[in-house]
Amino acid sequence: MSSKNALELKNVEKSFGSVIALQNVSVAVEKGSVTCILGDNGAGKSTLIKVLSGVHKPSKGEYLLDGVPVEFNSPRDALANGIATVFQDLATIPLMSVWRNFFLGNEIRTQVGPFKVLNVKKMKEITKEQLLAMGIDLRDVNQPIGTLSGGERQSVAIARSVYFGAKVLILDEPTSALGVRQSGIVLKYVLAAKDRGVSVVFITHNPHHAHLVGDRFYLLNRGQMIKRFDRDTVQLEELTKAMAGGAELEALTHEINVVRK
Amino acid sequence: MTKSSTVDERVRTASIFQKILRRPEFGAFLGAVAIFILFASTDTTGNFAGPGGIAGWTDIAAPIGIVGISVALLMIAGEFDLSTGVMVGTTGLLVGMMVTELGMNIWLAIFIALLFAAVVGFINGYVVVKTKLPSFIVTLATFFVLKGANMAYTKFVTGSVRVTGTDKAEGFDSAAAIFASTFGSDNFQISLLWWLGLTIVATLVLTRTRFGNWIFAVGGDANAARNAGVPVDRTKIILFMYTAISAALVGIMFVLRLKGMQAGQGVGQEFYYIIAAAVGGTLLTGGAGSAIGAAIGALIMGMAYIGIPFSRWDSDWTSTFLGIILFTAVLINLYIGRKAKGGKK
Repeated sequence: MSSKNALELKNVEKSFGSVIALQNVSVAVEKGSVTCILGDNGAGKSTLIKVLSGVHKPSKGEYLLDGVPVEFNSPRDALANGIATVFQDLATIPLMSVWRNFFLGNEIRTQVGPFKVLNVKKMKEITKEQLLAMGIDLRDVNQPIGTLSGGERQSVAIARSVYFGAKVLILDEPTSALGVRQSGIVLKYVLAAKDRGVSVVFITHNPHHAHLVGDRFYLLNRGQMIKRFDRDTVQLEELTKAMAGGAELEALTHEINVVRK
Repeated sequence: MTKSSTVDERVRTASIFQKILRRPEFGAFLGAVAIFILFASTDTTGNFAGPGGIAGWTDIAAPIGIVGISVALLMIAGEFDLSTGVMVGTTGLLVGMMVTELGMNIWLAIFIALLFAAVVGFINGYVVVKTKLPSFIVTLATFFVLKGANMAYTKFVTGSVRVTGTDKAEGFDSAAAIFASTFGSDNFQISLLWWLGLTIVATLVLTRTRFGNWIFAVGGDANAARNAGVPVDRTKIILFMYTAISAALVGIMFVLRLKGMQAGQGVGQEFYYIIAAAVGGTLLTGGAGSAIGAAIGALIMGMAYIGIPFSRWDSDWTSTFLGIILFTAVLINLYIGRKAKGGKK
């Protein structure tokens, strides 16, 4: 019953009342690959993430996990099935230390008499070790995570999902709020996660970032999947152009040139 | 790899100082030392720093600390409880009326009062998490509901504004021994031991248990906590129950010690609890704080209450003094907090 796709959406539709947010969307995420979903603002990326992460149920169509149809009632439900989502702003708690964030919701405890007590030492060790394994060299896992840069925080969130056995990692615009260098850090960890056998769904509106790490690219526009590219057949220019709407961009260039004259 | 290990060592040597600074109760500790020195040096009775004086200010501080710690935990989780002060009165009156009017065994009355507080705390918490109204408003409403009920019900049952004669109740001696006795030649109140014990327990829960981790997470960012699988609503409801129960504990102590209760008892005390928590380094927006800090905050208030008359200052100014302490302490905590984070943000 094993499929070559870790996760697959087939002809999924999601509507809210009379508004159709997604229409006839099919996505196949191959195991151990990075699948990029590109789209401009309002293309339906957020709705797609929410369907993938279990926040919304699709109105129509199928959601296949390892070839088996599934239905998730909550993000917690999806998480239990190995689908972890790292949300853009809602991933970590700034005032808590790095190790407390890393183990939040999955705390390691030891029995002391009648009580279960946090095994702080072990959690600190594992945090340090796991972050290092992902190539994140933190000086002190005790520092509040809010003192890390945005890119580092996203990276810790990614490392956490990988450690807790995520088979599929969904990244919601992990680089959109970051500078060039910080984005580079995050992209590096996306590949590190892939190397550890995790299937990554990378949602972004930046074709440059997508092209650096992606194996397959989907283009979402006005709630529909309009194009699919594979890494070996697509150039960055083509991706950028398709993303910007091809003909639309040419028309826009013309308009702007008229104004500039 | 050699690079990373040298970096680690550099941080470890620098962090000893940083570690102390980063403790949320550090500011309160400095404040307590300063206040102690102030009153010990202006003291006119020669007793402030002696055992008698210490018994005096810990007597004031203990009930504030017992509830202040629970309020601090709730504030770390990002919520307020303004109904704690009046709950002291409500539960004390409840115990008093049950034993004097119904002839109930005082232990049973104490149990019922604690249960009553737990139910009110649950309602506070449940309403806050379900309606998503600010807890400030919800518990303010509870405060006024209970304040009115205390007065009206006490008058209705006893015909006066107080309940008296709880010492004639069955089981009073054993209950008083546990909740309202004194020890030592300087008459230290047993509430001091409750206060110290609860400080230790609350600190362990906060820093060494999963539930403590959740308290910080819920107050730090409820959405992120929920995404990580933390039961946000349950955590908050439990803490509302804890604040109410700790207030009931103080109410029980008062009704046993005073052998009765005034209908207006406890009203206004809720602010002292919040001051203790805030002076102790608890962030009013949630996500940071400590139980030890709240205990120290309570201690500062106890010292001020005893120190001002001992220094022959006009004790009408006590609240003004506390207000200045509150403001100064919060400012210092803010400053230290920024320092400890080391420049960024």
